Order: sequence, then structure tokens, then C-alpha cells
Amino acid sequence: MYTEKVMDHFTNPRNVGEIPDADGIGEEGNPVCGDIMKIFIKVDDGKISDIKFKTFGCGAAIATSSMVTEMVKGKTLDEAEQISNKAVAEALGGLPPQKMHCSNLAADALHKAIEDYRSKHKS
Amino acid sequence: MENLIYLDHAATTAADSRVVEEMLPFFTEEYFNPSSVYTPSRNVRNKLDEAREKVAGLLGARHPNEVVFTSGGTESDNYFIKGTAWALKEKGRHIITSVVEHHAVLHAFGNLERQGFETTYLPVDRYGMVNPEDLEKAVRPDTILVSIMTANNEVGTIMPIKEMSEILKPRGIVFHTDAVQAVGSLDINMQDLGVDGLSLSAHKFYGPKGVGALLIRKTVKPVPLLHGGSQERHRRAGTENVPGIMGMAKALELAIAEREERNREITRLRDMLIKGIMEKIPDTILTGHPEKRLPNSASFCFRYVEGESILLMLDMQHVAASSGSACTSGSLNPSHVLLSMGLPHEIAHGSVRLTLGKENTEDQIKKVLEMLPPIIKRLRDMSPLYAAEKSPTVKEAC
Repeated sequence: MYTEKVMDHFTNPRNVGEIPDADGIGEEGNPVCGDIMKIFIKVDDGKISDIKFKTFGCGAAIATSSMVTEMVKGKTLDEAEQISNKAVAEALGGLPPQKMHCSNLAADALHKAIEDYRSKHKS
Repeated sequence: MENLIYLDHAATTAADSRVVEEMLPFFTEEYFNPSSVYTPSRNVRNKLDEAREKVAGLLGARHPNEVVFTSGGTESDNYFIKGTAWALKEKGRHIITSVVEHHAVLHAFGNLERQGFETTYLPVDRYGMVNPEDLEKAVRPDTILVSIMTANNEVGTIMPIKEMSEILKPRGIVFHTDAVQAVGSLDINMQDLGVDGLSLSAHKFYGPKGVGALLIRKTVKPVPLLHGGSQERHRRAGTENVPGIMGMAKALELAIAEREERNREITRLRDMLIKGIMEKIPDTILTGHPEKRLPNSASFCFRYVEGESILLMLDMQHVAASSGSACTSGSLNPSHVLLSMGLPHEIAHGSVRLTLGKENTEDQIKKVLEMLPPIIKRLRDMSPLYAAEKSPTVKEAC
């Protein structure tokens, strides 16, 4: 049901963890649906210098979280904001249709982290 | 698949080689249509009758004609429930079941509801058990049918069927039980249970898939679902699945003859599995009744993690299990059974069901007990819920 790429990211997730002094934190999903993604970012010079995630959820939820961190590390905030949930799913070679809505929220969590950063660093 | 550790026997079982052997001649040598007049056909007809007698005798039916062969549990449930409701609709329109039934029952009730029948869904306690007192309160003068499962497929809880039949019998209310998970595993006797209908499915007790039976008491006449030829005394049209039926009768005979010995070993391994998991993995809930449960059933909720992820990791280590999480149920909600037992969504998402069978070994159970704690730990380390709960510095709204 999952692509090799999904299974790779599920088995060896990239950037798992928390950043204690994160510049921005974003969370998406809720425990009722069975998926929660939390993304921590560190921003230097308008770029995402470090990113980590913690996820409660199914294989797709963990794989999309891992994938999005890999996609945006080193990118500018503006570039990172352009990445959609759909793009994350595509980068994983697709997700089963029933997973597209409930478990594909990693980009949303990232956008919330960026929003959080921006709200704290208005200048 | 030699290294597979199969712990999903509630989903299906491998057909016993003696069952397959019993079936084989009916594909190529005794392939005749039992409804034809020539001698080879009549021989097949006789064997079919013997199989019917065997099934009736083994499950406590009053007469072989009380056995109708079907395509499996779903058809048996649908036929009895819909057919009886249709047959008795002039007598009353109220039907009762429980919230933890298999979807074959729940969705049949849902369908009847859309046809104008009134339904009551009995609640369960935290162990998934229906209280007979709730049934007594729910019955009305216009109640025509009650269907309660013998044992639950997700958590293994065994229902007080006999007690419920004693409530229903004096009131003349037709009582059906979905015994799909129980037949072969428990000592099932239709008359002792006091039911008017009983569904079973061969592939749950080391028989073939695609064949089952419905035991119907002579006094009940459900309207058939399938119309056509006069097979099964006009109750189920269509040429009989002869190899399947012969296999089912053999499987039932073996399952019952070997039940006690098999259950002794399966229960020992199951208890070892439950004890080991509860000891080794903190924040784990054993779901279902602690004692009144199927001998092969072990089911858990591992807090802060999600079931599908656990199944995928088990699968990578060649362990086959199942879960009631939303991701595995194909809907947005986790198992209706676990939610009905009062478990919150986030805990129900972390459910795993391990159901044992006769080919499981102590060595396999030990392997699973070594494998599972690191899997849960790994997923918990990744889980924001676990971090929020366990470390006071990271407070979460949820």
C-alpha cells in the first residue's frame, strides 16, 4: 500500500526530535483523528538552518513529517512556505488516497512553525 | 513464509491439510452437481447430506434441516437478520443488537433502519460486555428480533448469550447470535445457548474461505436473500459449494475433537504473551474482559502511539497482527468496539490485536516479547503526546 520511499522515511525517519530553543514551533492534527505533527525550526538569515519533528500517527504521518523536514532544510522561509502537503506526498511517490487528507499534514505543521517564527520576529 | 509469526487468527486461519485433502476430490472427481438425477450426482448429494448432519450434530441443531450452507459469516448474518425482520414485520418493527457487533450485523441493522425498522443498540461495559439487564429494559411488545455476538472479534469478550436467551424466550422474541469467532474455539451448542439462529464461517476454524453456515431453528422462517433454484430447501438458491462445504464439515469436526488440547496450549501461550507485554511495556491497557475472553485473544492499547505504525514495524520483522486504529479500519474513526468500551480516540488509535492459533510456538511468543518493547519505545520517542505527558517542561494543549 505504501511506496518504497514512504517505507524508507517511515523506517529511517530524518530529523526526529525537538529543538529546545526553537525559533518557531508548529503543530497540526489532533489526537482524535490519530495524527499529530509537531515541527520545530531554527532560523538563521531567513533560512531554515535546522528542523526537527515529532509525530504521533500512522506510517504516512511519520513519512510525510520526515520528508518535509528533508525538503526544507536550508531553504529560505519564503521557499519553505511554497511547499504544499500535495508536494510532500508527490516527493514520497504518492500516498494511498485515504491517507491524503488525514495523514498528510506535515507541510501545514511547517507553515505554522514559520508563522510562529514570524509572529515572534516582527520587525 | 517460514519465518512468519502469524498472530492474526481472528482474521483468518490456514486451512488444515486434512481439510484440504477432504476437499480435493470434489473439484475434479466428484464434481457433479448435487441437484442432478444421475448416480454420481446422487452420491455427491448424499455426501452433502452427511456434511449437513455432521454440522447439525456438532453444533447442537435439532435437525440437519436447520443447517443452511452459505458463503460465510457475512451472508449468514445478513440472511438471518434481514430475512427474519422482513418475515416478522407485521408482528413488530423493533429490533435490538449491541454496539460492538461485527459490521456484517451492524450494517444489516443500518439497512433495516433505512427500511423503517426501529433499532436499539445495547451499550457495553469497559470490558466490551453486554449487560443482560440492559436487554431486559430494551425489549418492547413490538420487539421481533435480537442479535448479539457470541464473542467479540476485536477484544475477544464472551457475551452472556444463555442469560439473554432466558430473557427473550418467554417473550417469544427471535434470538440470533453471530458465533463466527466462537465456533471451533468455544463449546458451542445451539440448544444450550437457546438461540434461534447462529452464524459461522469455516475459515475461522482452519477451514476454507468462502463457505459458512447459518443454523436456523425450524420455527423461524427468514425471507431468503437469494432467489433462484430450490437448493437448501428454497432458503439459499445457487449450486452448493460442495468442496467448501465438505471442507467446513471436516474442519468443524477436527476443531471440536481437538479443541480442549489445542486451547490448553493456545491459552498458555496467550497468557504468556499478555503477562510479558503488560510487564515489559508501561502505559499499556489490556482491552477486553480479563477472564471471559476467547482463549486465543490478546488485545492491547499502547498509549501515545498509533496502531498502524506498530503493525508496519512488526511486519518488517515478519509478525502479522491487526489493529483497530483509524488507519487500519479504512475510516477516520478508530474501532467502534474500543470507543464503545469508553476508550478515548487517542488511546483507541494505539490498539493492537494478537490472536493465536495452533501453529504458534513458545519460541515465537518469546520473539514477539523481545521485539515489541523496542518498537513501542521507538514510536513513543517520536510521539509529541508522549513528550507532553512525560516531560513537564513541554506542556501541550492536548
